[in-house]
Amino acid sequence: MTRFILRRLMQALIVLLVMSFVIYGLIGLMPGDPLDIMIASNPGATPEVVAHLRAIYGLDQPLMLRYWHWLISALMGDFGFSRIHSQPTLEVLGPALLQTCKLLLASFVVSVVLSFVLGIVAALRPGGIVDSFISLFAFAGISVPVFWLALMMILVFAVNLHWFPASGMANIGDGGFMDQARHLIMPVTTLALANTGGFIRYVRASMIETLRMDHVRTARAKGAGEGRVVLIHAFRNALIPVVTVIALNFGTLFSGALLTETMFAQPGMGKMIYDSILGNDFNLALTGLLFATVVTLLSNLLADLAYGWLDPRIAVR
Amino acid sequence: MNLRAALAASTILVLCGAASGALAKDDLVIGVAQFPSSLNPNIDSEVVKAYVLDFAIRPITAFDKDWKNSCLLCTELPTLENGLAKLEDQPDGTKGMAVTLKLKPDLKWGDGVPVTTKDLMFTWKLGLDPASGFSNNHPWNRATKIDVVDDHTAVLHLSRVSVSYNQWDQLLPEHIEAPVVAKLASPAEYIKNTVFTRTPTTAGLWNGPYMITAYQSGAQVVFEPNPHWAGTKPGFKHIVIKTIENTSALQANLLSGDVDMVAGEGIGLTIDLALALRKQQPDKFTYEFKPSLTYEHIDVQVGNPILADVRVRKALLYAADRQTMVNRLFEGLQPVAATWVNPLDPNYTKDTAVYPFDAAKAKGLLAEAGWKPGADGICRNAKDERLSIELTTTAGNRLRELQEQVLQSQWKASCIEAVIRNEPARTLFGETLKKRVYTGLAMYGWSSGVGESPRRTLGSGDIPTAANNYGGSNYIAFKDATMDADIAKVESELDAAKQKADWAEMQKIYADQVPVLPLFFRAEPHIVPKWLKGYTPTGHGDFSPLWAENWKSG
Repeated sequence: MTRFILRRLMQALIVLLVMSFVIYGLIGLMPGDPLDIMIASNPGATPEVVAHLRAIYGLDQPLMLRYWHWLISALMGDFGFSRIHSQPTLEVLGPALLQTCKLLLASFVVSVVLSFVLGIVAALRPGGIVDSFISLFAFAGISVPVFWLALMMILVFAVNLHWFPASGMANIGDGGFMDQARHLIMPVTTLALANTGGFIRYVRASMIETLRMDHVRTARAKGAGEGRVVLIHAFRNALIPVVTVIALNFGTLFSGALLTETMFAQPGMGKMIYDSILGNDFNLALTGLLFATVVTLLSNLLADLAYGWLDPRIAVR
Repeated sequence: MNLRAALAASTILVLCGAASGALAKDDLVIGVAQFPSSLNPNIDSEVVKAYVLDFAIRPITAFDKDWKNSCLLCTELPTLENGLAKLEDQPDGTKGMAVTLKLKPDLKWGDGVPVTTKDLMFTWKLGLDPASGFSNNHPWNRATKIDVVDDHTAVLHLSRVSVSYNQWDQLLPEHIEAPVVAKLASPAEYIKNTVFTRTPTTAGLWNGPYMITAYQSGAQVVFEPNPHWAGTKPGFKHIVIKTIENTSALQANLLSGDVDMVAGEGIGLTIDLALALRKQQPDKFTYEFKPSLTYEHIDVQVGNPILADVRVRKALLYAADRQTMVNRLFEGLQPVAATWVNPLDPNYTKDTAVYPFDAAKAKGLLAEAGWKPGADGICRNAKDERLSIELTTTAGNRLRELQEQVLQSQWKASCIEAVIRNEPARTLFGETLKKRVYTGLAMYGWSSGVGESPRRTLGSGDIPTAANNYGGSNYIAFKDATMDADIAKVESELDAAKQKADWAEMQKIYADQVPVLPLFFRAEPHIVPKWLKGYTPTGHGDFSPLWAENWKSG
C-alpha cells in the first residue's frame, strides 16, 4: 500500500511538472501581454514607463526563460507575484482557497447525500412514479444553467422573500458562524442542485444493475431484510463506479464553481483562476491551475484507495 | 385588555422601528462590477481603483462638478493672477514655471500624523524614478526641483510652461512608505512592497474623510470615517463597496436591498440595464444619466485603399443615422459626438464640420469617389471591387455589438457592406489595435481628462511601433504637422483665448479629415437611493466620491 501511494505521488509530481510547462506555454501563446490593457486605459503610460514596467514584471525576457525562473523560485517555495492583485501569489491563493473549501465541501456533502438517497430510492422501483419524479428532478438539475438557477434563487429568496442575503460572505461588523452560514445557503444550494442531477443518474444506474446481481438475490434468499440487502449488499458494490465519477467531479468542481462564485459575489478558486488567465497573470494562473491539478490527482488517488476498501477483491499493489 | 395593550405596544414598536429606519442610515453599500487590482494611487490606472481611492485619499487638486479645477488639499489654487504661479527663466534660456503649493494646515493622515511637505517631497522623489513602477510618473516629473518653505508650503519648479501647472495628484504618506522604500534592494521592488497593497487597512495611508478598515480582494472594501478628518463630518459609519461582476446579479442585489446604490462612472450597470430598471422601478431609486468623457468612436484604417479616400470616410458618417441610433437604443441620453471634445468641455467649439444623417449626400460622395451601386445593392468601383469593409469591436460587449448591427444595416442602405468580425478585448487591444492589423474599422471607447491634450491619441509621436515598445495610443497612425504643432501649443499656452483658438483648430482638422468616425459620448447611469442626499456625479475622471463627506442619508 505504501509503495503504491509513493509511486502515485511520484507520478503526480511528473504530471505537475509537465502541466506547469504546458500551462505556462499556453498562456504565453495568448495574444497580448499583461500590460496591454493597462496601457490602453492609461493616459500617462509613455513608452519609457511601459519598458520599465515590463522589466519590473520580467516581461522583457523570453517566455522559456521566464518559465525557468518561475520553476526555480517555485521549487524554493516562492510562486511569484500576482500582477492583477498586487500581492504574492500564495497570499491571494489562501483566502480564495478557504472560500472555495467552504462552498465546495458544503455543496459536495449536500449533493452526495442527496444523490445517494434519491438514486437508491429511484432504483428500488425503476419506472415507477417516484423514479419518474426523481429522474425529472435529476434532468432538471443537469439541464438548468447554473447562472439562471442562481439568478432565480436570488430573485425568489432575496428580492421577493428576503430570507437570505443576495450576495457576499458576511454582514458588516458581523461575520460570525451563523452570519456566514446564512450567506452560504443560496450558493451551496445552487452548486449542490447543479451537481446532484448527474450523481443521481449514476447512483440509480449502478444500483439497478447491482440489485439484479446474484449476490443480492442470494442475500434475499437467505432472508436478509430489505434495508440490509439494499444498503449493505447492493449499495456498497454499486459505489465503485460512482466513486470514480465523484472523485473526478471533485477536482473539476474545485476550479469550476466560477459561475456560482460570480453570481453570489463569493470569489474563490474558480473566479481567481478565470480572472488570472484573462488578465494574463502568469504566476497566479499557473499556481491556481497547478493546485486544481493537485486536487484532481489526490481525489483520484483517494478513489483508487477507496476501491480496495469497497471491494477487497481489488488489491492495491 | 391585555391583548389590546400588547397589540398597541407592538404597533408602537414597529412604527418606531420604521421611523428610525427612515430617519437615518448608518451604512451605505455601493455595488460595482469590477475590483481594483491595487490600492496604490500610482500603480495601474483603473477607473474602479480611482473610484475606491477617492473616498480615502485626496489629490491636491481636482476638477469639481462644474468642471472647474479646485483645491482639495491646498488652501488656494495656484494661478498667475494670484501670484502663486509665476513664469521663470531656465538656465537654457527657455521659460519654466514656479508653482507655490500651500497645503491646508489641519490635514492629517488616518493615524493622526499631519500631512506636510515631507509627503510632497517623498512622493515627488519616488515619482521621478521611472524604476519605481509608477504607471504614470508625468504628474511628478514635470517638477525638476522643489523648494520647501515650511511644513505646509513648497515651491515646485517646472522645466516647461504647462497649462496643467495647477493640477496635482495624491500624496503618499512619507511616514508609512519611506521606511518600506529604504529597505528595498532596488526601486523596482516598491511596486511589490508598498503598504497600499500589502496592508491597505493601515490608517496612516489615508487622508480623506473615510479610511479603509476592511479589504477582501475581489469581494469588498469597507470604509469608516477617518477620526482625524478636519472637514465636513462624514455621514455614514460604514461605506461598503461590494463587487458583483455579473450585472444581472448586481441588479438583483439592488432590488433586494443588499446593495443601496450602483456606481456610475462606467463600473456599474450598463445604460441599457439601467434604462430597463427605470421602466420597471421608476420610483424606487433616483436615476441620473451623466454624459461622460468616454467617447465611443470607430477608428479608421487609412492604410485600406477604400478608406484612404476621405470622401468614403465622410460618406460613412453621412450614411450613419447616429442620432436615431442613440434615440432608439439609449433614449437619446448619450450625446452624439462631432469630435473627441465633449460639449461640456470649455475648449469645445461648435464651428466644425458636422455630418448629420443624409443618405443622398453619402451616395453622392461615394459616386464622386467612383463607387456605384451594384446588382446586389453593394457599391462597386471601376475595377468591379465591392465596397466591403470589416468592422471590429470587443466581442461580448452587448451594447457595441448592438450598435454594430444598427450601423451595418444603415450602411447597407447606402450600398456599403460592413462585415462584422469581433475579437476579445485582450486581442483587440493587445494585438489588433496596437499593431494596426485591423483592415477596416475598429469600434471602442477613449477616455480623457478635462482639458487633456489629444497627444496620446492623435500625436504623431504616439503611434505605437516596435521601436517605442508599442507604447502610444495613436492606433490610427494619424500624422498631421498642424495637429502636432497645435498639441504642443495647447499644452503650454496659458492665454485662455489663444488656447481656445488652438483647440478649435485641432477639432476642425479632426472633423475635416475624419480619421475617426465619432459616435457619441457615453452617459453613465448613476442609480442612487432616494434617501441619499449630497450626491453629485461629475461626468469626468475626478469622481463624485471625492466629495463623499457631503453624502448623507435623510
